[in-house]
Amino acid sequence: MWVEVEAQISSRQNSLHSCARQRLQKEERISFTLIEMARSLAGFLVLLLVISICEAASLFQPISDSHRSAALELFTSDHGSFKSLEETYEALRTFQILGIEKKPDVTAAACRSISETVGSSSTPKDLFYALKANSIAQCKIHEKASEGIISSLKAAVSGASLLLDFYYSIGGLVLIKDQSSKADIRLADAEGVFRSVKAFSQSDGRWRYSSNNPESSAFAAGIALETLAGIVSLASSELDQSLISTLKNDMSKLFDSIEKYDDGTLYFDDKLVDGHEYQGPLSTTSSVLRGLTAFAAATTGNINLPGDKILGLAKFFLGIGVPGDAKDFFYQVDALACLESNRVSVPLILSLSSAVLSLNKKDSLKVRVTTVLGSKAPPLTVKLVGAFSSGSKDASLVESQELKFDQGSGLHILNDLPKSIDVGSYTFVFEVVLQEPEDEKVYVTGSQTKVPVFVTGIIKIENSEITILDSDLGSVESQSKLDLAAKNAVSLSANHLQKLRLSFQLTTPHGRAFKPHQAFLKLRHESKVEHIFVVGNSGKQFEIVLNFLGLVEKFFYLSGKYDMELTVGDAAMENSLLVAIGHIELDLPEAPEKAPRPPPQPVDPYSRYGPKAEITHIFRAPEKRPPPELSLAFLGLTILPLLGFLIGLLRLGVNMKNFPTKPVPATFAVLFHVGIGAVLLLYVFFWLKLDLFQTLKAVGFLGVFLVFVGHRTLSHLAAASAKLKSA
Amino acid sequence: MGRASSKEDVGALFRSLRSAYAATTLNLKIIDLYVGFAIFTALIQVVYMVMVGSFPFNSFLSGVLSCVGTAVLAVCLRIQVNKENKEFKDLPPERAFADFVLCNLVLHLVMINFLG
Repeated sequence: MWVEVEAQISSRQNSLHSCARQRLQKEERISFTLIEMARSLAGFLVLLLVISICEAASLFQPISDSHRSAALELFTSDHGSFKSLEETYEALRTFQILGIEKKPDVTAAACRSISETVGSSSTPKDLFYALKANSIAQCKIHEKASEGIISSLKAAVSGASLLLDFYYSIGGLVLIKDQSSKADIRLADAEGVFRSVKAFSQSDGRWRYSSNNPESSAFAAGIALETLAGIVSLASSELDQSLISTLKNDMSKLFDSIEKYDDGTLYFDDKLVDGHEYQGPLSTTSSVLRGLTAFAAATTGNINLPGDKILGLAKFFLGIGVPGDAKDFFYQVDALACLESNRVSVPLILSLSSAVLSLNKKDSLKVRVTTVLGSKAPPLTVKLVGAFSSGSKDASLVESQELKFDQGSGLHILNDLPKSIDVGSYTFVFEVVLQEPEDEKVYVTGSQTKVPVFVTGIIKIENSEITILDSDLGSVESQSKLDLAAKNAVSLSANHLQKLRLSFQLTTPHGRAFKPHQAFLKLRHESKVEHIFVVGNSGKQFEIVLNFLGLVEKFFYLSGKYDMELTVGDAAMENSLLVAIGHIELDLPEAPEKAPRPPPQPVDPYSRYGPKAEITHIFRAPEKRPPPELSLAFLGLTILPLLGFLIGLLRLGVNMKNFPTKPVPATFAVLFHVGIGAVLLLYVFFWLKLDLFQTLKAVGFLGVFLVFVGHRTLSHLAAASAKLKSA
Repeated sequence: MGRASSKEDVGALFRSLRSAYAATTLNLKIIDLYVGFAIFTALIQVVYMVMVGSFPFNSFLSGVLSCVGTAVLAVCLRIQVNKENKEFKDLPPERAFADFVLCNLVLHLVMINFLG
């Protein structure tokens, strides 16, 4: 709290690039002594803090190696070249920020596309991204080409009407100024351009994209700030200071519209009006940060932004973790790079190397304070000002103490956790105090950082014993001690008039009572029917008494051998156990007629989805066929009548007298008989291998032929017999 | 006496039938022989079916019906060709024979198709 106050009082005018240090302000000295007083009133302060807790505890980690490996996976290129200059720039910038080595094929492909864009006449947008990529890839641009670029960009500035036009052209000019040998690029009418860009601003701190479109967004605000910063740096003469101060007012108004999540992270978001134009909170916040830091770098004078807001923005970007999309990754990393070194305030992030501590292994609490990109922080001390059990509003369990700084690893370590920290879930509250007073203007650490910590340990299980008691008298029938660390094979027997008692004690490493999440006693019958009982406790003593007289019906009157199993488990318990105690022979009375049957035991659930029995198709049994000899015999028998017919014909004395003798009718007669024979032969083939359609086709042809021939023959015969009759 | 006379009567009946039959023309006797041949073939097939069961029933039907069909057509031919039949006086026997041939061919086509 006090750190926040003094941060608001002090003004941060240091530029990180310059080595000059400002003289300590008097107010800062006063605030330091106040802090000394505050330390002595630790308890009172802590109570105040407890009341004022409005943020949940959460853990933020700075950029680490997992980010670097994810970047290499996400920014894949096709033999070094990306789809567009924008993507090329994003990939190069991400690699540069994360310290990943430049790959030669990527650089070469980038240089190729940059020189292509620069050589031909391209739009200001393409030139802008090409120059941005070039600022990292450092390819050489020809003098002539750069002159051409400068002139076309200057023309674009004078002809610009939309915010994005200004952005690309001014941005391009700023970049080419750094890259080309001509250091003297100035905007002629800087104030005029400034005013025309300023015309897009709105009273609530947001900016519009064009004078026609009334839609405004914070994303556009970021772009506008960057553009204005560029104008200021390119101006040939000092701009009117009133313009800059109104702009600072606009920025404060913009920051008033900042939104907040529960865990203390802050972000900018635009209203979702049109799906196309909507940029998510990530890109909007990133754009605003870029604009802010660019403006702070370009202007002199202080920017009154509360350090907590910068810290909240830093937590927003770190809270994302490792994004899965290349664009999101770029926005995150670019914004963090802006935060890492800017003129407003540099946030310092406190993180734990491990949020789970083991009392058994005597883990020490290791705290690291770094910048958002993981670079070293200035000299500072970390103090543990309080530890609170999760979900309880009691006072802090520890006194305020300083953590020892280990120079080699850069960690602040608390070696021995106080005895008041037992197993369970806690919220630790840290305070970071910068050692050098000048650093207060440059860095922001946040007043108190709340971090969730989970402490585990070995729970001692003692005095465990199992007893059979007589129900009425309470006298002990049999008793045996148990060792719950190992499997036991206790063998007991009881009838329904007796009671079973199981008791044990649970103690935490520091000797306090411990109530685990699970403490169950399970009795399983031979027929797999199970009964589970919860073991209750009073303080350290856990005890369960099973009165079999009352449980007879619950057990479905099943007598026999029951296996006993005890389960004691908790997240904070490193030695959670599921141990077999032994078995008990229960002698229960006979079940009456109306007694409930035990529920059917579930079939192994996986067998339901296992393969089913294979079904083999039962083919129709083929009909019994007669023996082939019988069939052949009857075939012969069937031929017999034909033979009988032929013999009969011979006996009757058939003759061929009526067969025509003259050649023409004779041919026809022969053809007639041949035709009939052919049809019969066709039928034989039909039976053997032809199908009906082929047969019908053939029959059609043969039939026509037969009719013609038959008609000739038979009419000849008729004429002949008529002649005979008349004669 | 009655029995002997009935036996004699039967014998006399047969003899007169035979002598009357001998008077029929050759054509008709050929047709009668053909009909007998067809029916006999059908009978043999029925006996075979009775012995081994009617498993490919369509084949059995096809065989029997072709025999029976051709017998029926031959009987029709006999009726039409018989000169003593006043109904068919104007029908030339060649025409009847042509009908017989045609119908037989159609019958046998259908039966071969049904034979399977």
